[in-house]
Amino acid sequence: MELFVFVVAAAMSVVGALGVVLRRNPVHAALSLVLTLFGVAVLFVAQHAEFLAAVQVIVYAGAIVVLFLFVIMLLGVDRAENLRTEPLASQRVVAGVTGLGMLVLLTLAALSGDDEVLSRGEGIASAVAESDANVNVRQLATSIFSDHVVAFEATSVLLVVAVVGTVMLARRRKTSSEVAQ
Amino acid sequence: MNVRPLIDPGLVGDLFWAPLLVVALKVLVVFVLGLIATMLMVWFERKVVAGMQNRIGPNKAGPFGLLQTLADGTKLFFKEDLIPDRADRFVFRLAPLLALVPAFLAWAIIPLGGDFRNGNNGLVTWFGVETRVQLADPPMGVLFALAISSIAVYGVMLAGWSSGSKYPLLGSVRASAQMVSYEAALGLSIASVFLVAGTLSTSGIVSAQSTLGDWNLVTTGVVPMVIFLIAATAELNRPPFDLVEAEQELVGGFHTEYSSIRFALFFLAEFMNTVTMSALIVTLFFGGPQPIAIGDTVLDIPLIPNGIEGTIWLLAKVLVFLYIYVWFRATLPRFRYDQLMDLGWKLLIPASLGWFMLLAAQRLARNEGWNIVITTTVSVIVIGGCWLLLQLGLSRAAKDRAVEGSMF
Repeated sequence: MELFVFVVAAAMSVVGALGVVLRRNPVHAALSLVLTLFGVAVLFVAQHAEFLAAVQVIVYAGAIVVLFLFVIMLLGVDRAENLRTEPLASQRVVAGVTGLGMLVLLTLAALSGDDEVLSRGEGIASAVAESDANVNVRQLATSIFSDHVVAFEATSVLLVVAVVGTVMLARRRKTSSEVAQ
Repeated sequence: MNVRPLIDPGLVGDLFWAPLLVVALKVLVVFVLGLIATMLMVWFERKVVAGMQNRIGPNKAGPFGLLQTLADGTKLFFKEDLIPDRADRFVFRLAPLLALVPAFLAWAIIPLGGDFRNGNNGLVTWFGVETRVQLADPPMGVLFALAISSIAVYGVMLAGWSSGSKYPLLGSVRASAQMVSYEAALGLSIASVFLVAGTLSTSGIVSAQSTLGDWNLVTTGVVPMVIFLIAATAELNRPPFDLVEAEQELVGGFHTEYSSIRFALFFLAEFMNTVTMSALIVTLFFGGPQPIAIGDTVLDIPLIPNGIEGTIWLLAKVLVFLYIYVWFRATLPRFRYDQLMDLGWKLLIPASLGWFMLLAAQRLARNEGWNIVITTTVSVIVIGGCWLLLQLGLSRAAKDRAVEGSMF
């Protein structure tokens, strides 16, 4: 059963990821991204990380990709991209090298057979062992709001700064002379 | 190893035929119940609106016009299915399904009955299998409903875009902005319920609301319920927030180019979402299948076993909210788009956040043994200060806009 779930979810993620890269229409690529996110969410559920799965769908699939689509629709770039013009000359080479490096590293980590690499930490194991349905959420909350509270708060401040910065950059304050005209 | 039930207590251990049968039965019941409820909802809405407008409404097909929806559905089935020339054919076909499937899925976590009284936690025994009267009771519970409703945006959005036409595109851009905005208010008002109930699972939330005083409507204060109701109406794109398909401005909104069965799927999804959202409100704030009880006095329906009585209570409570939704539609004029966004971002989100902070402060005071009156007063003063700051910022922004003109 677990193998079956894994194979289906992994296939969804891989097909989605390929779609993101290969589809020419940006809207189709964004939809493929949603497929990948769903596949990963299913894998989270299979690992007893239900909260993470729900948040993944709410935040990434429900908000961020919707934002992507929103921008794509508003800017009207809903036609195929011209692949011959390259705005950044060397980006394909860099992307290829980085991707290959990641693939090699991940494969090596998986093949090394070291259990510690694959299942670091004990959070998931103890969550599964206890029969309380809320233990997953509770553990996550304890971890975020006690052990890592500084990092958590720093991240939220960072996000607020990013939002304010974006608004300030997007806004062009008119001088009084411009207003007068 | 003691494995935690992932989907349902009935699914733990070896899978014999009985649990499988129970699950299959539940899927079937939820599916059929959803369809029938939707059919009746369409009839109910037309009949009630007709009553409020001094008309008769559907009265030809079947007794009281009950079969009108069935007749309309059959008609839509046999109409020609058109796909516009400039449409993106794949996405155009996909969009109605993306609207329909989430509407069905959200039903899965609603407790549809069961006995939560006298310390029972809603478990019933069918065919020798102990199970809940709900399709699934995942630990993430209500978050599942939120996730599903955030997926429902795609149906509307892609339908508008893939039609390859201007009005649907405008409708879908409006819709996605509206739904994403109000999802924040929706989530924040549910957070208050989580705080009080201490669990995300729907069955846990229901079993904590055994008497009238325990209803989350009371324990969270009425504010989160009101915010949830308003945000849910906006999330459903129902009047007075139906700018998505504003007939007078956008021809018909995102589904202008849809006809035949594909249009019927959108229609079905919309009404089914209304039923689901009502059931979710009842589950979160009004005790779900729990009977109305004041203290130890339970308003018990005689002769009916408690397990079935739960379903009757749930349906009765859901009906009240369906009526409220229809009432909204018949009496409230449509919002303007800027009013809609102002209400969502400048009122509902800050209000639900402030209320949540207040509840959290009271909870902390109770845990730590602080004086609850002083804590509440201090919290109210702090939140009021934040509110004033927000208003100051907003008035400043309004002044700037008056001088500089709008940005876009």
